[in-house]
Amino acid sequence: MADFFSPKSETELADAIASATSPFSVQGLGTKPIGHGVDGDVLSLKNFSGIVVYEPEELILEAKAATSLTSLERLVASRGQMLAFEPPDYSRLFGTKSSGTLGGVMACGLSGPRRLKAGAARDHILGVSGITGQGLAFKAGARVVKNVTGYDMPKLLCSSHGTLAVMTSIIVKVLPRPETEETLVFADLDDHDAIALLADALQTSAEISSAAHVPGEGTYLRLEGIAPSVAYRRDRLLIHMKKDGNVLDDKQSRKLWKALRDVKPFWSLKSHAIWRMSVAPGFAADVMQKISAQLSTRHYYDWAGGLIWLAVADAEDGGAAVIRAAVPSGHATLLRASESIKSKVSVFQPQPPGLAALTGRVKQAFDPRGILNPGRMYKGV
Amino acid sequence: MIAMPLPDEAVLARRAAIAADLRKIVAGEGVIESGALLVAYESDGLSAYRQPPMVVVLPETTAQVAEVLRYAYDNGIKVVPRGAGTSLSGGALPLADGILLGLGKFNRLLDIDYLNRCAVVQPGVTNLAISKAVENRGFYYAPDPSSQIACSIGGNVAENSGGVHCLKYGLTANNILGIEMVLITGEVIRLGGKHLDCDGYDLLGVMTGSEGLLGVITEVTVRILPKPETARALLVGFASNEDAGQCVADIIAGGIIPAGMEMMDKPAIHAADDFARCGYPRDVEALLIVELDGPAVEVDHLIARVEAMARANKSQTLQISTSEAERLSFWAGRKAAFPAVGRISPDYMCMDGTIPRKALPQVLRSMAELSVKHGLRVVNVFHAGDGNLHPLILFDANIDDELARAEAFGADILRLCVKVGGVLTGEHGVGVEKRDLMPEMFSADDLAQQQRVKCAFDAKGLLNPGKVFPTLHRCAELGRMHVRGGQLPHADLPRF
Repeated sequence: MADFFSPKSETELADAIASATSPFSVQGLGTKPIGHGVDGDVLSLKNFSGIVVYEPEELILEAKAATSLTSLERLVASRGQMLAFEPPDYSRLFGTKSSGTLGGVMACGLSGPRRLKAGAARDHILGVSGITGQGLAFKAGARVVKNVTGYDMPKLLCSSHGTLAVMTSIIVKVLPRPETEETLVFADLDDHDAIALLADALQTSAEISSAAHVPGEGTYLRLEGIAPSVAYRRDRLLIHMKKDGNVLDDKQSRKLWKALRDVKPFWSLKSHAIWRMSVAPGFAADVMQKISAQLSTRHYYDWAGGLIWLAVADAEDGGAAVIRAAVPSGHATLLRASESIKSKVSVFQPQPPGLAALTGRVKQAFDPRGILNPGRMYKGV
Repeated sequence: MIAMPLPDEAVLARRAAIAADLRKIVAGEGVIESGALLVAYESDGLSAYRQPPMVVVLPETTAQVAEVLRYAYDNGIKVVPRGAGTSLSGGALPLADGILLGLGKFNRLLDIDYLNRCAVVQPGVTNLAISKAVENRGFYYAPDPSSQIACSIGGNVAENSGGVHCLKYGLTANNILGIEMVLITGEVIRLGGKHLDCDGYDLLGVMTGSEGLLGVITEVTVRILPKPETARALLVGFASNEDAGQCVADIIAGGIIPAGMEMMDKPAIHAADDFARCGYPRDVEALLIVELDGPAVEVDHLIARVEAMARANKSQTLQISTSEAERLSFWAGRKAAFPAVGRISPDYMCMDGTIPRKALPQVLRSMAELSVKHGLRVVNVFHAGDGNLHPLILFDANIDDELARAEAFGADILRLCVKVGGVLTGEHGVGVEKRDLMPEMFSADDLAQQQRVKCAFDAKGLLNPGKVFPTLHRCAELGRMHVRGGQLPHADLPRF
């Protein structure tokens, strides 16, 4: 049985890492078992929790890494603000209890439907404090929204899955919450027509903030902002589309996008392998056509096609061979699968040799002894 | 003046042979070694610093870039990459014993893809050329540094350039999807593409703003956006910087993110108005330009709210643009602020700190005291929305010690920015200009960690050395800094 360490201070954490002679499996609250398993003691950040500073007028918030997203989002909502990248909650998908932490969503680089317009998690991280695999404390970035001083280490740590450093505190950009939102719904479109419709709508000035297609259910365009602007853009879009669409009001719209954000369409698929694919949005239907021809799948599109959610049943490799062959550029991550599938395939898209070597050298720059989550992303990293 | 790494005499002695070797890679006029022609490359936008390079090479293909870099790597020769040479921080300042690698011939738009709302361009394409190429379809490229007519997109990526609209639309980092780059070893690496999220480590994020120290960018995929339907602006004068600053805070706290929000202090207002004759109110202490964009119904609504906030903060003058011509006239003075200052002073130095906005009145007061202390005038323009301050220090380089005093004044201003919780540079980069101030913001450990990242890309330290980091370290030396129990071995020894 692996031991469980939960340091109480940065010094304790640094000491634990510096004196470690074997790997740690680093976690916040352990709600997102993404990546390959790490054979090592658990290093929990659970004691690093709480808001450090929140300045709504400066658009910044700093919180300890294991601060719960639920409490954080409640706080910023109370001041009419939000994390604009719409951090998802995968607890139902993974069958875990809590909605996750700021550090977790950043370490995994996860963004929700609004990513299409507002940018990803990496676009909203402004600063980090952390401990490297050598046990050295460092900080990068600052509590201001515009900063180019030194390398953008916060972006590097975002989506590094805890393999480079343990983040203890994170500064993020917060933005005003839209006053209201609506969603236009179009029915009965096949994948190609739906992706074409989304691409067409995104070439207008309607400032669509999310765009999705769920086969058999609907094709969705989300509009956010002040009420008169949303109404105007909705009407303009309907004229442009020359197509009848239903309108979901604020409450229905929020419910829909939360469901798509949290992968609700797949909650009932308990034994499927779940993939998250990032592709050029306009080519998404072509990619899916190739995959569906060879595998038994369920799927839906977010980010106007840029994000494909894919559930695969009954494939020994979870569908990896077919899926990766169908993605000419972009990548596919095996978000959830049985340990037996995960042991056979690479969870993250395999990299070409030059990039893989560079990735290995970056790992060395932070964690040369391979203490932090070794193998979580790639072998030897 | 800032000290650059000492030239390698052995490399200098081989100058002619190196030029001949480079000519085997890039034929004809692509290699420049004549002293008279090298002068054209001796500085960038930070013209107080000058140094002709050993040799200039102007490749036209990625394969040539790779060969040049591989050659430099094999022969231990330093390389300074250069885009259009508009950096305000000396990022493209040549080295006496270095190859200057100019990307100016990479000037083609490769692919405009409206379906995926992106454009693939070569790094020497100017920022504005991208917007021009897509405007007939109602699109544009959002980041708009004021040098956009001249600056190249490759340089924008290297510096993570901003502009007046980046409060709402983000910096370069938030508007690119992928790059092709060449490492100093000659390896060609592709990061990202037309898809939205990079896989693996966010090396695209690290490359953006890395100031030519990690790799040479040979292709960029940028996001293009549909143009907003309309834009209108308010021009508001205030009796104090405090009132103007409070108005800015109220706008942001009120949930409005304007497309642009610029502030000028009284000396800047006068300089701009004298130069551009744009009709700015001359008896106010601070002037605010607030621009809203989007559908007309939204813009009108927000203009009314901003107007109310301005009046609540005791605005002295208030104009709202009713035509495109009027909107542009509000901007005319601000956009001409730098040449306007050039008219009232033989030389000026443009600083670029970011501060928490709430600290603005305090920073402006301290700056006035520093102005007296150093005996030099200062004019302030300010990207008010995101706290990015551009103090312009006025001096005359022909008067004995004025350049040195201006540099000391500038350093004091940046220390002040850091002291109030801000940073050394918001959009111009560290380069050589702010290199020696890095320890004001970062500890030795912080800087060492950044330098370890540098080592992962460029183990021999040949790409743009002397920029960004105040002290050069051998990578092996950084690797040896091993800790036990949180204690550095030989903690008493200076590391920097």
